[in-house]
Amino acid sequence: MTSSASITRAEVAHLANLARLALTDDELDHFGDQLAVIIGAVSRIGDLETADVPPTSHALPLTNVVREDVVRPGLTQEQALAGAPAAEDGRFRVPRILGEEA
Amino acid sequence: MTVTTDRLPSYDEAVAAFDPVIGLEVHVELGTASKMFCGCSTTFGAPPNSQVCPTCLGLPGSLPVLNGAAVESTVRVGLALNATIVPWCRFARKNYFYPDMPKNFQTSQYDEPICVDGWLDVELVTEDGARTVRVEIERVHMEEDTGKSLHVGGATGRIHGADHSLVDYNRAGIPLIEIVTRPVEGAGAQAPELARAYVTALREIMRGLGVSDVRMEQGSLRCDANVSLRPGPEAPLVTRSETKNVNSLRSVERAVRHEIRRQAGRLTAGERVVQETRHWHEDTGITTPGRSKEQAEDYRYFPEPDLVPVAPDRDWVERLRAELPETPDARRIRLLDEWSLSEFDLQSMVNAGAVDLVAQTVEAGAPVDAARKWWLGEIARVANERGVALDELPITPAQVAAVVALVEAGELNDTLARQVIEGVLAGEGEPAEVVAERGLAVLSDDTALLAAVDAALAEQPDVAEKIRSGKVAAAGAIVGAVMKATRGQADAARVRELVLSRCA
Repeated sequence: MTSSASITRAEVAHLANLARLALTDDELDHFGDQLAVIIGAVSRIGDLETADVPPTSHALPLTNVVREDVVRPGLTQEQALAGAPAAEDGRFRVPRILGEEA
Repeated sequence: MTVTTDRLPSYDEAVAAFDPVIGLEVHVELGTASKMFCGCSTTFGAPPNSQVCPTCLGLPGSLPVLNGAAVESTVRVGLALNATIVPWCRFARKNYFYPDMPKNFQTSQYDEPICVDGWLDVELVTEDGARTVRVEIERVHMEEDTGKSLHVGGATGRIHGADHSLVDYNRAGIPLIEIVTRPVEGAGAQAPELARAYVTALREIMRGLGVSDVRMEQGSLRCDANVSLRPGPEAPLVTRSETKNVNSLRSVERAVRHEIRRQAGRLTAGERVVQETRHWHEDTGITTPGRSKEQAEDYRYFPEPDLVPVAPDRDWVERLRAELPETPDARRIRLLDEWSLSEFDLQSMVNAGAVDLVAQTVEAGAPVDAARKWWLGEIARVANERGVALDELPITPAQVAAVVALVEAGELNDTLARQVIEGVLAGEGEPAEVVAERGLAVLSDDTALLAAVDAALAEQPDVAEKIRSGKVAAAGAIVGAVMKATRGQADAARVRELVLSRCA
């Protein structure tokens, strides 16, 4: 239907912020163009008659896949922290959390 | 901000000028043995990061599998809250970056919660007796808890001024349900009490269902309180604030009360109330602004592809409905009858969170009146003083029943029984041990009592003379002196008899 899909620069900047990506002005334009192509491709679904087709979120026609409420051994603290860039007192150490007062 | 705080209107002024509307979001950690989407243990208090696995740490390649018991508990909660259990629903990803969720999204439910359109009737005590307010429940949905952050380097463990944070993921992935009310109107000046009564009633239901230990101090029941003020009951709903971190029943009431005053102060001063998240501070009794509310679409919810839909079988739901325990309402009606109480008396017990405790004390052999007297009197006083719920105090119904039995056997009077309860609460052991240790027992030996009576009469000859001349009321002074001399261990009625016979 609409092949002239577009995305504004402000929208790209907003998405970049949500993804915690610091993009330069050039990059905003660059990725904006690329995203427009992707959106254009996906929006071709709009050319089809889909009113009677339920949205698909899962490829398998299954429901209610559950497990018993049974405890299974996981990782030890040492294993859990093995891949952490930094750890302290058995905990993952992360940089100061910004942008929030408490 | 400070200026506004300085001239906060009184609560009465605030509710005279504005009509408060509240909304409550309550999170309850389910008491399953394992987590929502993996087999890690949920036991509270384990060493940090010792109950984790690739799934709840969000490691690449791991996949979630839903805990069937958590679904069952949620459906039972929904049924107990008179909600509709939907025929089909999905999980959704709530995307955000924060270290408490290692996956960078929380698996939750968004536009397809498992339970919708419920209600809970909450009783409020008024001067004219009890009145019922129906709290409408918009939804109950399933999600997972987040990890726990410890902020290091700041003065008080708060984020502000912290140098770095330490994260423990033991709690990440514990099954959580969120119960969201519609805006609750019509409580008027009783809005803070209603908030507390609602959370109390919810807690009672959860406990009755056995789906959670609902311990607010351990965070297994947490409450966010929304408050807005409008000019009058007919006016449309207006901007609200959302207060987080309200973690005791008393705080729920205090936080709502404070928000009403704060917002009234702003509105009266011609300022706006902004839509924001605020943090409750237990120590100072005020709220402070947190992050401004992110727009809902910023979370970029989408259906969780790694979990298939949940479609509760209708027969199964009906079976669960039929197996629900007695509702607190039905129980109330039964207890009113069995305990011959007035609505008002029973409601005071419900609001104090004392019904179970009194019932268990009665089961342990105490008469209803005595059990009520101690739980709602001395013990409630201590709970209030310490700012905790009754059942969080270190005294059990069996211990209270033991104290009552000692009183009934004539071995303790009320004054001494109070001291025994004080001793049990101070961790001095079982009632019998406290009695022995503190040397508390009613003096039933008339010889000893008479000696004390004679001594008191000799000390106050003018009073003795009055009694002898027929002014019986003066005996009180002598009785008081004897009670004091015996450290409350005498039976006051018996002392009075002895005083009068001595002065006859």
